[in-house]
Amino acid sequence: MDVLHKILVAPFIDMVAAPDFFMQVLWEGLVSGVLYALIALGFVLIYKSSRIFNFAQGIMVVFAALTLVGLHEKGVPALLAVPLTLVVMFVLAVAIERVVLRPLVNQPDVILFMATIGITLFLIGFGEMIFGGENKVMITEQLMIPTGAFTFEPFGGFLLIEQKDLTAVVGAGILVLVLLVFLNRSKMGRAIRALGDDHQAALSVGISLSTIWVLVWFIAGIIALATGIVWGARAGVSFALEVIAFKALPVLMLGGLESVTGAIVGGLAIGVLEKLFEIYWGQPLMGGNTETWFAFVFALIILLFRPQGLFGEKIIERV
Amino acid sequence: MLYRITGQFKTNYRSDYALFPVRQDMFLLAVILFFAWVVFPLMASEFAFQTLLIPVLIYALAALGLNILTGYAGQLSLGTGAFMGVGAYACYKLVTIFPDLNLMLAIGFSGLFSAAIGLAFGLPSLRIKGFYLAIATLAAQFFLVWLFEKWSWLYNYNASGAIQVPTIDMFGITVAGPTASSMVQYYFVLFIVSVITLLAINITRGRIGRMWKAVRDMDIAAELVGINLLRAKLIAFGVSSYIVGVSGALFVFLWRGAAEPNLFDIPLSFRILFIAIIGGLGSILGNFLGAILIIALPVILNIIPEAFGVEVDSSLLEHINIMIIGALIIAVLIIEPHGLARIWAVIREKLIIWPFPH
Amino acid sequence: MNQPSIQSGIQAGVRADDGIEKGGLLLQVDNISLSFGGVKAISNISFDVKKGEIRAIIGPNGAGKTSMLNVINGFYHPQEGKITFRGKERISMRPHEAVGQGIARTFQNVALFKGMSTLDNIMTGRSELMKKNMFWQMLWHGPALSEEVEHRTRVEDIIDFLEIQHIRRTPVGNLPYGLQKRVELGRALAMEPSLLLLDEPMAGMNLEEKEDMSRFIIEVNQQFGTTIALIEHDMGVVMDLSDRIVVLDYGKKIADGAPEEVRNNQDVIDAYLGVPH
Repeated sequence: MDVLHKILVAPFIDMVAAPDFFMQVLWEGLVSGVLYALIALGFVLIYKSSRIFNFAQGIMVVFAALTLVGLHEKGVPALLAVPLTLVVMFVLAVAIERVVLRPLVNQPDVILFMATIGITLFLIGFGEMIFGGENKVMITEQLMIPTGAFTFEPFGGFLLIEQKDLTAVVGAGILVLVLLVFLNRSKMGRAIRALGDDHQAALSVGISLSTIWVLVWFIAGIIALATGIVWGARAGVSFALEVIAFKALPVLMLGGLESVTGAIVGGLAIGVLEKLFEIYWGQPLMGGNTETWFAFVFALIILLFRPQGLFGEKIIERV
Repeated sequence: MLYRITGQFKTNYRSDYALFPVRQDMFLLAVILFFAWVVFPLMASEFAFQTLLIPVLIYALAALGLNILTGYAGQLSLGTGAFMGVGAYACYKLVTIFPDLNLMLAIGFSGLFSAAIGLAFGLPSLRIKGFYLAIATLAAQFFLVWLFEKWSWLYNYNASGAIQVPTIDMFGITVAGPTASSMVQYYFVLFIVSVITLLAINITRGRIGRMWKAVRDMDIAAELVGINLLRAKLIAFGVSSYIVGVSGALFVFLWRGAAEPNLFDIPLSFRILFIAIIGGLGSILGNFLGAILIIALPVILNIIPEAFGVEVDSSLLEHINIMIIGALIIAVLIIEPHGLARIWAVIREKLIIWPFPH
Repeated sequence: MNQPSIQSGIQAGVRADDGIEKGGLLLQVDNISLSFGGVKAISNISFDVKKGEIRAIIGPNGAGKTSMLNVINGFYHPQEGKITFRGKERISMRPHEAVGQGIARTFQNVALFKGMSTLDNIMTGRSELMKKNMFWQMLWHGPALSEEVEHRTRVEDIIDFLEIQHIRRTPVGNLPYGLQKRVELGRALAMEPSLLLLDEPMAGMNLEEKEDMSRFIIEVNQQFGTTIALIEHDMGVVMDLSDRIVVLDYGKKIADGAPEEVRNNQDVIDAYLGVPH
């Protein structure tokens, strides 16, 4: 009974007893969730347009952030370093298309997935070789991101919202909106979606595969840079960040590999839930650090009931 | 000329099922086994045992386990490292609870624990497919490693949180622990790896192997030719996790000597996956070729600058090593998606018909 | 090539001998309805298949023919109706159980295991008949090998019968389409079915390949007594091969009978030529 009470009742009493702390936890979870959603989004974009399960998306985040900070260290002004980093990400997209994707076109999905693992490793080795493996500080102030904090006093308590987190949330929201408009309104955006539906058909109406792939990987690179700046501002920049690369995966399981909405909702949900679980169940009952696995186990359980994910379409199997 | 197979007729189906129907293959294998069992142990230095011979065998075994699941049955797994951990921790508990247990038996039993956990995580495979399943195996990976850290009973409440291999004797010879000789450990590992490899060859070439490949190539069609999908997948999960668990126990008890939970984290899982990919998915031989390449690469990278008398920073070498492995994976996938094993098969075909082009 | 080995070689399989006399009722489909979401694929269809006959199911595209086969071998589960096979009534079952009861099939789009050789593909058809467990498999020498050789002998007979000896070791992914269809038939035969379902066995074939395939179908039917239900679009083939024909259109049955009757049925002509509904 005591155990049941601890699991089923006590955490909720804690939540109600300190609503300001609860809100703080929610906010922290939400901010992580935004980052998960961003990584997942870059991922969904590539999957939708090319059926490639891009394992390297998380590493691209780290790589972009490292490039930005590294360039700044080499004396490039911060505001110039951003477009330069984008150029690097564009070159990376072209290189990946030329060297990896083009020779592997029409190979089974698994082969392409494994090739992206190869890209991941290569980027880790390459990045560390050039920029070194130690943790770096994100150039938050130089990028003119506010670093102060707002404090509120809801229910007579205390709630702290850092301005850079707020910037992150707003920035991510704008990025997602721009992306959605691009995908749904522009000619290129429609071409990307067409490619996702049917390669051959898209090719036959004159959509160039390689242009689209470079474009999509470049967009994924832009998203990676945005994610890298935001995450780097919170946690510093190093390849230790690759854990967040993995965090995007349960988001994809939950939201479905092809759903933009799924990536966003899934990301936010997992960010918030894993934080709540850690604070109210993990730390008091299980020795903490449950954030390493919670998202995966949660997604696995959901998937048992909905194998296509929360936002995937039901699959009718045919023979 | 050396590989000419003309004149080697099979007069019944039974002889067609010999392990090596072609005489030259048998000869080649005999040579390799002779080197493995006699020449290497006589020649090898302590360094060679510890950095090449023993790890190659253990990694090859782990990759073999993964290959059965991923290469044969087509179920992508990213959680190999954690299952090696299960084998290692199970073995640790077994030898500390039953100190008189023969180590060979203890290692054999510890595979059963990881097989059981593998079965549990294999159950969702009927409903969850493809990449979704691969992500689901990460749930096992992260959860199990977390468990190794938090469940102190597993490491006998050590303050360090690590497991330390005690000195274990078998028939009066020390086989594990700090005082064991490398040669004894090598033979121990070689014996287990040889036996399991033989059993794996047998199981993959018969009915069960065909069932796995059918599930891999087209699971719907497999079901419609009468294959029970759940059973086929579960057998694959069980057999695979068993082998991986045994390799994990060997990994700690006959090579590392001690282990912390994070040893079994994602990097280990990926290392095994790379060996399987580069060696060749759906092949037994490939695991050994892949392991040789991945294990030998950093050693060679260290030796080359030394040979030229150049001082190179060791962390730089480490980064170059990672880059090369990444590039190798991509290169292998582009040149021959079925890995080194297929490249060898193609060379062999060419040798058979040599000097004719077709 | 003449094949004296056929009669002695492939015996009419264990399950082909299902105790039903030639002409007796093998399969009875009663009032089957199947829908996906709101879309009705099959509505209220009934027909039967008699032991030893070749039964054709025809109809325009989208008529529900393949769905009907999927229902019969348990891949789809109908919302209404029942199926009686070899005297046993059922609503639905798992596909691998259907194989156990003696139903084998081939597919509209070839569904072979592309990474495996012809021989291995056909051997998978015998998975359900092979009983030696994992431990014998691991030992290999002994019971597992004997079993393997015994089934290999049967499979080799099928390979001889279908005249595909030369591609025995070739990975099926590399074979031309016509040969893949033949290998697929071989895999279905290896299951020793009492009812063989063929989904467009001649689609995409040239004349010569069609003639070969027709010959195999007739031989399977006449020499082993295997009952066959087939879907086919080539009307010449259907009229020549089949004993009775059932015609579907928009998920409904519009005709059922001997080739002559069906050929002259006004509904069938309308369905094929297109009359406004």
